[in-house]
Amino acid sequence: MIEFKTLLFYAFAVVLVFAAFGVITSRNPVHAALWLVLSFFNAAGIWMLLKAEFLAISLVLVYVGAVMVLFLFVVMMLDINLDKMREGFWKNSKLGFVVGGLMLGEMAFVLMSPLFDGRVPAAAPANQPGYSNVKELGRLIYTDYVFPFEVAALILLVAIIAALALTLRGRKDSKAQDPSRQVLVKSGDRLRVVKMASVKREDPAAPAAAPAAAAAPAGEAKK
Amino acid sequence: MGPISQNHVLVLGAILFAISIVGIFLNRKNLIVLLMAIELMLLAVNMNFVGFSYFLGDPDGQVFVFFILTVAAAESAIGLAILVVLFRNLDTVDVDELDNLKG
Repeated sequence: MIEFKTLLFYAFAVVLVFAAFGVITSRNPVHAALWLVLSFFNAAGIWMLLKAEFLAISLVLVYVGAVMVLFLFVVMMLDINLDKMREGFWKNSKLGFVVGGLMLGEMAFVLMSPLFDGRVPAAAPANQPGYSNVKELGRLIYTDYVFPFEVAALILLVAIIAALALTLRGRKDSKAQDPSRQVLVKSGDRLRVVKMASVKREDPAAPAAAPAAAAAPAGEAKK
Repeated sequence: MGPISQNHVLVLGAILFAISIVGIFLNRKNLIVLLMAIELMLLAVNMNFVGFSYFLGDPDGQVFVFFILTVAAAESAIGLAILVVLFRNLDTVDVDELDNLKG
């Protein structure tokens, strides 16, 4: 008689492995991202079975809700030549499968070895009644792991600033000042000295025809 | 077949890790799918952490997964930003074209 939880584990695991294959083999990156969403969902289901409720929820919220949307956004924003990307896809597959199979075999060897057997308990210890996974994690994060927690916050801040600084493009029509150009300015860029002929001041008591005659050279000098 | 055992989880983590290794070999040209394969690899590692945390009855493993999730989110955000800048400059995300340093 197979236990129901084990049955659920197998169901989630089979879909997870299938979705992971979909991620690495799908032709279109959009489909790969959607397969990755499916695999995250199934991993969250398995974590729920393993009593990691908070992590299961945050995997769905953070990964499916934020990171995968970011992936989809970038994949759809970039115009990628799919055919060129697929060149050499199966050419590399032989080496890939050899390396992957070798790693899997090594890990299976370790897991099957008698040295490993019996070191870990076959069944999980039962939790006390009223045990809360979220409460326990919160207690650990804010007491024993408070310094790593702060470092994680700093890493997220660095990620925000780095992502913004990398992709920021200044608008062409913005009226913002450019401090480096302001500092680099020379007096010659701002002030132009115009040479013009000096004009002799007319005597106010001069004949009436004089102002008209004097106006003509002054107008020419202004040009 | 009894209840879920530690080996169930470890084998699943190993399979996921191997799949993502194969994925890195297969999609050697496409930087976006490479990033996705790395995400899958981190998921396999997290799976092992959660499994050990469950079977040893020690929630410290889940705190580690929490931090790995944080770092992975930061990594993918910066990676995708670099990808966007790269695409603006080169018009491609082909890894083979990234030979400006002539390494």
